[in-house]
Amino acid sequence: MAHAHKLGILRGLITFKSVTHKIWGVLILLTIVTTVEVVLGIYKPEPLKAHFLGMKLLNWIFIILTIVKAYYITWDFMHMRDEVKALRRMVVWTTVFLIIYLIFILLQEGGYVFDVFKNGYIKTDF
Amino acid sequence: MSTSVVSTGTEGKTWGGGNEPLQASYGKMMMWFFIVSDALTFSGFLAAYGFSRFKFIETWPIADEVFTHVPFLHGQEHPMIYVAFMTFVLIMSSVTMVLAVDAGHHLNKAKVTLYMFLTIIGGLIFVGSQAWEWATFIKGDYGAVQTKGGNIIQFVNAEGHRVALRDFVVAAPTEREQLERKDGFWFQKEGSLPTYTLNDVISGFDAHPDMLIRTQTLNEHGHKTVLSRGESLQMLKNNGKHVVEGANLHENEYGSPLFADFFFFITGFHGFHVLTGVIINIIIFFNVILGTYEKRGSYEMVEKVGLYWHFVDLVWVFVFTFFYLV
Repeated sequence: MAHAHKLGILRGLITFKSVTHKIWGVLILLTIVTTVEVVLGIYKPEPLKAHFLGMKLLNWIFIILTIVKAYYITWDFMHMRDEVKALRRMVVWTTVFLIIYLIFILLQEGGYVFDVFKNGYIKTDF
Repeated sequence: MSTSVVSTGTEGKTWGGGNEPLQASYGKMMMWFFIVSDALTFSGFLAAYGFSRFKFIETWPIADEVFTHVPFLHGQEHPMIYVAFMTFVLIMSSVTMVLAVDAGHHLNKAKVTLYMFLTIIGGLIFVGSQAWEWATFIKGDYGAVQTKGGNIIQFVNAEGHRVALRDFVVAAPTEREQLERKDGFWFQKEGSLPTYTLNDVISGFDAHPDMLIRTQTLNEHGHKTVLSRGESLQMLKNNGKHVVEGANLHENEYGSPLFADFFFFITGFHGFHVLTGVIINIIIFFNVILGTYEKRGSYEMVEKVGLYWHFVDLVWVFVFTFFYLV
């Protein structure tokens, strides 16, 4: 992998001259994404508080932006872009599958326990 | 007869051995193995946090109101700013790390040394910031009262702004002393007592007729519910149990005890990773200076610790989102 570095990001929309250039380019991208997150987190625009699929729209935006950041850290800083397809899939698919499974189960259960507390006969405020 | 060499007839073929189907060295493969398993550990923590949050979705503390402090800016509220700074420091140190890896590919010892050094400095700034964040969190700011049911009630003025206990409560002289080992049996002791007793708080609250109580319950706008003056007095006098200042594993002034527990466990576990990362980076840094990898003709070790270091950054990106943003 030391031999060939892929220098394009955003599906080849931007291609850099060298690895060093690409690193700084990715840094700029990550900084922009983080700034957007922080600004949204501080001002919390009212229209984005609408609920969508069980969560606030704003929270979905945060999660998507985080995954974007995670993608660039893994692909360009950890050089996943230059690894062979098999290694990439073994690492990414396994983790992503297990994490989605875990999150689904725990959040589902958490929501259920909340309902029991709220609608059942358990008093929590006394 | 003279030779014992077994010839399998597969030399140089697919099953003859010596293949690297993934075109990655053993060391790097093992680092990826470790990263995958460690990623699952962190997801376990974060998913457990999600579970507890969904369980107490109507009463969970608002992170923006908890993490508002910035060093050297006393008494001002700047939610997110300091965490954003910490995130940026960690991303920056990831960049210097990847630059070190790249310099290693070109066998440029001077540049690897410089970039490794900068990475270590970035890591130390991050760990220091986290220690400061912990200290601020443990010390607390406003103080609160815990009810008999274990809920936290906080104090606000007529405009709905938080009021610290020290701004309206006067500590009356009390005879209650902290129980220490020297006072009774050697196995008996208690934690430090709060600055004020519940009675001090009640008389202070009575003396300020414009003050109200804020409960943990979130209303439909996502703000904490503020009670009327009558309800506030009733709540404090009937349900108040004791004064809480700061945070520990049993109780905290911000709300649900689980909030502080997860804060300590998740950021603590991550901080521990950063600390080990810094130590490993220092070891590699000295190896670079001593010329170990120069002699070896390959800077792959830098690449391996680089993978670990980027992973620490990757985890922080998620902790940042789920603890401070969402």
